[in-house]
Amino acid sequence: MQVPAPFEYERAISVDDALALLDRLGPEARVIAGGHSLLPMMKLRLAAPEHLVDINDLRDLDYIRTNGSEMRIGAMTRHRTLLESDALEVQFPIFRDAEQVIADPPVRNRGTIGGALCQADPSEDLSAVCAACHAKLVIRGLDGERVVDMDEFHKGPYETSVGPAEMLTEIRLEMRPRPGSAYEKVERRAGDWAVAAVGAAVWMDEDRIADCGIGLSALGSNVLRAHRAEEELRGKPATDETIEIAGRAAYEECEPVTDQRGSAEYKRHLAYELTKRAVRRALERVPRG
Amino acid sequence: MQVKMTVNGEEVTRDVEPRMLLVHFLRDELDMTGTHWGCDTSNCGTCVVQMDGEPVKSCTVLAAMASGHEILTVEGLEQDGTLDPVQQGFMEEHGLQCGFCTPGMMLTAKALLRENPNPTEAEIREAISGQICRCTGYMNIVKAVRWAADHQPSPLAQEVRS
Ligand SMILES: Cc1cc2nc3c(=O)[nH]c(=O)nc-3n(C[C@H](O)[C@H](O)[C@H](O)COP(=O)(O)OP(=O)(O)OC[C@H]3O[C@@H](n4cnc5c(N)ncnc54)[C@H](O)[C@@H]3O)c2cc1C
Ligand code: FES
Ligand code: FES
Repeated sequence: MQVPAPFEYERAISVDDALALLDRLGPEARVIAGGHSLLPMMKLRLAAPEHLVDINDLRDLDYIRTNGSEMRIGAMTRHRTLLESDALEVQFPIFRDAEQVIADPPVRNRGTIGGALCQADPSEDLSAVCAACHAKLVIRGLDGERVVDMDEFHKGPYETSVGPAEMLTEIRLEMRPRPGSAYEKVERRAGDWAVAAVGAAVWMDEDRIADCGIGLSALGSNVLRAHRAEEELRGKPATDETIEIAGRAAYEECEPVTDQRGSAEYKRHLAYELTKRAVRRALERVPRG
Repeated sequence: MQVKMTVNGEEVTRDVEPRMLLVHFLRDELDMTGTHWGCDTSNCGTCVVQMDGEPVKSCTVLAAMASGHEILTVEGLEQDGTLDPVQQGFMEEHGLQCGFCTPGMMLTAKALLRENPNPTEAEIREAISGQICRCTGYMNIVKAVRWAADHQPSPLAQEVRS
């Protein structure tokens, strides 16, 4: 029987309350959101926080709304809400693509976007999605807020720039003209973690790719974005040849390792193939301008 | 610490360790062993109960986190001697063999039917995709849920009952 090590439990009633608790309880305190990454780790004793600060009562962090030219997603928004949001689907269909293949319905009822991004598991899907969309992350501490991009947020496997007495509160997505996005994941069975996955977002200017983002999952513990593949696409016409070159760049720059899900060479092949598929599908979804 | 929640319509209060998981709270503190406990790794779904109407894996929720919430377990499906249509469906369509996965399957099915009273086979399969059955091959579970969809009590009958 798997049981977490003993800890003290606190329930926060507001973001400020949670931050004050984290500050008072010190670095051995952790927030718990959906608990669907943290509790399994605690049951395996891979994590043993002395205090848990439950943030599930912070309903005011559960939202998807537009603010001017931005979509804003609260950190406590559950996977299920992301899956079902039509407003998000219109601007960033990559989210629904990904959510359809993240875990399973009961897990999606609990897991949150904030927990997923803060877990920073190298096989985690929403980090790749947010990297592709050039998301900005709002981190709050007792002294106020700072806004960082995914490259700064995601420090490496299981490591983010969120400090011990800080919380991720919001994810911001800029809505730019003529967007298209898609997520492509290969998994061994329904609801499993990715063997490899690639997310692509493009923004078009006439028939050129004005800007783009390529996010990678399970393709290397320190590789969240395919920067070179992005370079190959940016400013170029959306042709098969451009897409082929971008696929090859992703093949070169990913750093997968061989594990029980597949060999490094197979995953590299997936990086190439899935980059091409994701970019193609993202382009198909761009509204005619 | 003290936890207080509503389980199958009844308020319960217990003193437990913060690390106690909801599945053990239900089975060991309340002696309600209808909720099964299988993989312990959030994968098999036999421990699924409804929390505020949504299916959740009770091996991955702390009893402390469930405090203040409403829990529905398989023991709460039958009302005044009448089986829930989902239970009846599992009987009629042979939706179980060993029965280990059944409580979780039924609670997911009931939540699905409340939101989507007329689900397609694909929608049923998606709803139960986080739950594993090693016996039935899923065919009869899908048929059982369809049976329940076809035999929901009419709104009028529900009114008379309540
Ligand atoms: C069976 C199973 C299958 C899964 N399959 C997939 C999959 O295919 N793809 C995938 O991407 N994920 C998968 N997951 C993970 C799932 O999506 C988790 O829900 C998610 O990764 C974590 O979200 P959570 O809200 O449960 O976080 P928690 O477990 O509560 O927290 C995770 C970490 O983030 C920290 N944290 C949480 N919220 C905040 C915040 N607002 N600010 C600062 N720190 C915070 C916590 O302290 C903890 O360290 C799976 C999980 C399970 C159990
Ligand atoms: S015991 Fe909870 S998912 Fe298997
Ligand atoms: S009936 Fe035996 S596991 Fe489903």
